[in-house]
Amino acid sequence: MTALLRVEDLTVRLALNDKPREVITGTTFEIDAGEAMGLVGESGSGKSMTARAIARLLPQGAEVTGRVTFDGVDVLALAGSELRAHRSHVAVVFQDPRAHINPVRRIDDFMTESLRTLDDVPRPEASRRAAQALEEVGIDDPSKRLRQYPHELSGGMLQRVMIATALLSQPRLLLADECTTALDVTSQSEVMAILDELRRERGLSMLFITHDLELAGAVCDRTCVMYAGQVVETRTADRLHADPLHPYSAALVQARPDITSAAHRLVAIPGRPVSAFEAPTGCRFAPRCLHATDDCRSHEQEMTGLDNGRVRCERALHLRGALLEPRPHA
Amino acid sequence: MLAFIVKRLVMLVVTLLVASLLVYGSLYLAPGNPIATLTGGRAPSPQVVAQLNAQYHLNDPFLVRYWHWLVAALHGDLGQSIPLHESVSTLIGQRIGVTASLVLLTSIVIVVIGVGLGVVGALSHGTIDNGVLISSTVSAAMPAFAAAVVLQFVFAVKLPWFPALGDGNGLLDSLHHLILPALALAASSVALVTRVTRAAVREELEREHVQTAVSRGLPRRTILRRHVLRNAAIPITTVVGLTIASLIALSAVVETAFGLNGLGSYLVQAAQNKDFAVVQGISLVLVVLFVVVNTLVDIAYALLDPRVAIGSRAQ
Amino acid sequence: MSIPVGSALPTGAVPEEPGPDTVATPGDPRPVKTRLLPRLGVGGWISVAIIAVAVLLAIFGPLVRPYDPNEVTLSYANVGPLGGHLLGFDGAGRDLLSRLMVGARTTLLGAALVSIVAVAIGSSLAVASAWFGGRLDTAVSSGLDVMFAFPGILLAVLAAAVFGPGLLAAGLALAMAYSPYLARVLRGAALKERAMAYIQAGEVQGFSSWWLCFRHLLPNISSLIVAQGTIFFGFAVVDLAALSFLGLGIQPPQADWGVMVSEGKTPLLQGYPLEALAAVACIVLVVSAVSFLGERLQERSTGAQR
Repeated sequence: MTALLRVEDLTVRLALNDKPREVITGTTFEIDAGEAMGLVGESGSGKSMTARAIARLLPQGAEVTGRVTFDGVDVLALAGSELRAHRSHVAVVFQDPRAHINPVRRIDDFMTESLRTLDDVPRPEASRRAAQALEEVGIDDPSKRLRQYPHELSGGMLQRVMIATALLSQPRLLLADECTTALDVTSQSEVMAILDELRRERGLSMLFITHDLELAGAVCDRTCVMYAGQVVETRTADRLHADPLHPYSAALVQARPDITSAAHRLVAIPGRPVSAFEAPTGCRFAPRCLHATDDCRSHEQEMTGLDNGRVRCERALHLRGALLEPRPHA
Repeated sequence: MLAFIVKRLVMLVVTLLVASLLVYGSLYLAPGNPIATLTGGRAPSPQVVAQLNAQYHLNDPFLVRYWHWLVAALHGDLGQSIPLHESVSTLIGQRIGVTASLVLLTSIVIVVIGVGLGVVGALSHGTIDNGVLISSTVSAAMPAFAAAVVLQFVFAVKLPWFPALGDGNGLLDSLHHLILPALALAASSVALVTRVTRAAVREELEREHVQTAVSRGLPRRTILRRHVLRNAAIPITTVVGLTIASLIALSAVVETAFGLNGLGSYLVQAAQNKDFAVVQGISLVLVVLFVVVNTLVDIAYALLDPRVAIGSRAQ
Repeated sequence: MSIPVGSALPTGAVPEEPGPDTVATPGDPRPVKTRLLPRLGVGGWISVAIIAVAVLLAIFGPLVRPYDPNEVTLSYANVGPLGGHLLGFDGAGRDLLSRLMVGARTTLLGAALVSIVAVAIGSSLAVASAWFGGRLDTAVSSGLDVMFAFPGILLAVLAAAVFGPGLLAAGLALAMAYSPYLARVLRGAALKERAMAYIQAGEVQGFSSWWLCFRHLLPNISSLIVAQGTIFFGFAVVDLAALSFLGLGIQPPQADWGVMVSEGKTPLLQGYPLEALAAVACIVLVVSAVSFLGERLQERSTGAQR
């Protein structure tokens, strides 16, 4: 089956403080139609920028190399009306809904804007569709909500509005960029449930970006783990959880406190996460890796296939099965 | 929204009442007795004294006198100018046209040049933007009377393109006479408006909700119009409104510099001549205009930004 | 007068949530980030230099001026630079340079007094309002709302009509017209500061309101006060000069930059612009320098406030 989205060797440099800094290095993955892919990483890993590159929302002055193909079309080369058409196929749900909705316009205006402007749908029809979309995301009394302004709705509701709006344009790929991080826990689980259900109903592909490995595992088919601008492991979600191949993935799995067993001390990864341009040569995770050898530090690590997935670690085969063992606490 | 407007209008009336009280009451702050102040220190004859006593109800308690004055003012009667033996309202009526035209012309200059340059500066980079910044810094440093003097010298004396003084006759000639004054009055205000506009538009361009609009594939022109400029209009309208309000008092300086026969220059002359009835009358008119414009700015702000009037009712 | 629009916008000052939880001991003032010699950049240092020259002239002008600023020699009226008279003569045959040097005093001192009084009134009202809140706050705010109805120049003209023209009446009127704007801006900052954890900790520990206000609240908004004071000093210079230009402030034949612009108008229209333009140049230079400095200070103070 040909993949819907293909990212090949994507490298992105941003202009930070007037200097070009690499934030994504040679990233490669693909998403099939109807598949949900999780993109997990800490801050600086490059996960958000990957989504922005796919949606062509990178900041001014960004240098991009590599290929991003959507349904066979080269996304990075698009311009003008073709680019706008691409945007209707790829819908983005952002992190902070309150910041991402224009506060001086009503919800109705926000939701129906692209229908009216791009598709020339008449206003009453567009509002009808918007009301229907609001019902699907579980918002009561949609006609009342449509007449309200964003500041009159709670964060959780606004995020549902965002999701409903994203689905209105009937996209084929949904990019969810940490879309529940800004919400309280209850809203978080509600929004996730709605997102998951609607996605499956419509057979949408989804790229789900988060720092929460377990959350990704709950809603995604496969998961990519990113570190310092590179993908370090790509596996099916449950395999990644049960049997991580890369020391970083394993550390992420271990770092999440388990409520079923007592722990004397929370497990944390020593050091701090780095961005691509701050990373050393050789394996980028080596400085924080408990299993690193001199070979690791001197060789650039390549992606290799293993157990139906891919991993960027020369010692993965050797370390297999030993990564989740309890470690001595320093 | 309606409740908000009503509230603001009530505040307007209260403020005007208190302000008018202050304007009227300032007469009594003057050293010496009210009659001496009203006649400007000129020795009045007994008939004039009696007339003044009756007219100003000077034997009545203060608040009663104030009330009479206010009621008369609302009917358009602002009293008599003692030195000139003419009704204050007539004197004001003769001059308000000049001031109104000047303020109107200046407002147009401020909006067109100020907002225009600000938007241009915000949407461009490099040389054009720098040019906008530099020119606005230069004009910001020119207070009205300074700009007046410089403009008079350059464009009326050295290059005789415009008249230096006077009102002119007829529509076109009057306009010709108003151009330099309008530019002088606009100079420092334009700079502020340009800066605020540029900053507001720049800030809106960076906002996340604009990113959302981009991500939905909306055309750039639509985004600029419906999101960037629409939202930036809030601070821009406020600063333009407040700037125009300030013109009301500042016109006095420019009118004096250019010898225009407007309310402002007349106010200054009346103050120098101690023609107190005229000072009170013109002050009242100017204060009313100033407060009305400020209230309109508040209402416009609420109309543009729904968060103000409706308030947050997040559930 | 350019309006301090930043402060005139509806503030709706909602106090921020108390800052990061550091254990506060009101015994020591909260550390305020100040540097002795702030980064001003080229523009900033030029501004300081200009202001310094102006201040020196204001203080020592009458002592160092080359000629008597009031000595009239009509035969030399409007004559250009001649001999020791570096800028020539004004319309009444007085040495222009000397008049400029002496004029700095009335222009700057008057403006300084105005801004100091305005800052004193504004910050007292702001702190009292913010501290006690409730009905005092409402009363003060309502009172200020009425004062906002009077543009500075109008108030000064009224004062001139009532008390006669002169620096005192005009100055006080301007100070009163500026106070509401200052009070509004400072009230917002004072409210924010009032809500901070270290102040509340002090209250709980029993320190008196006076002590908390003077030892803690005021010092922490002091950089904002200084910045606003500087900005309003600039306004005061302009407004006082404008009033003198109108004949309602400093009276001729006293040497004052505003008066010199007014007196220089007639010669200018006859083709002798030096008097008016020189006075304008002095005013514009000082005002630009003060505005520039004021803006820099304002930026720094809002940075330190965070």
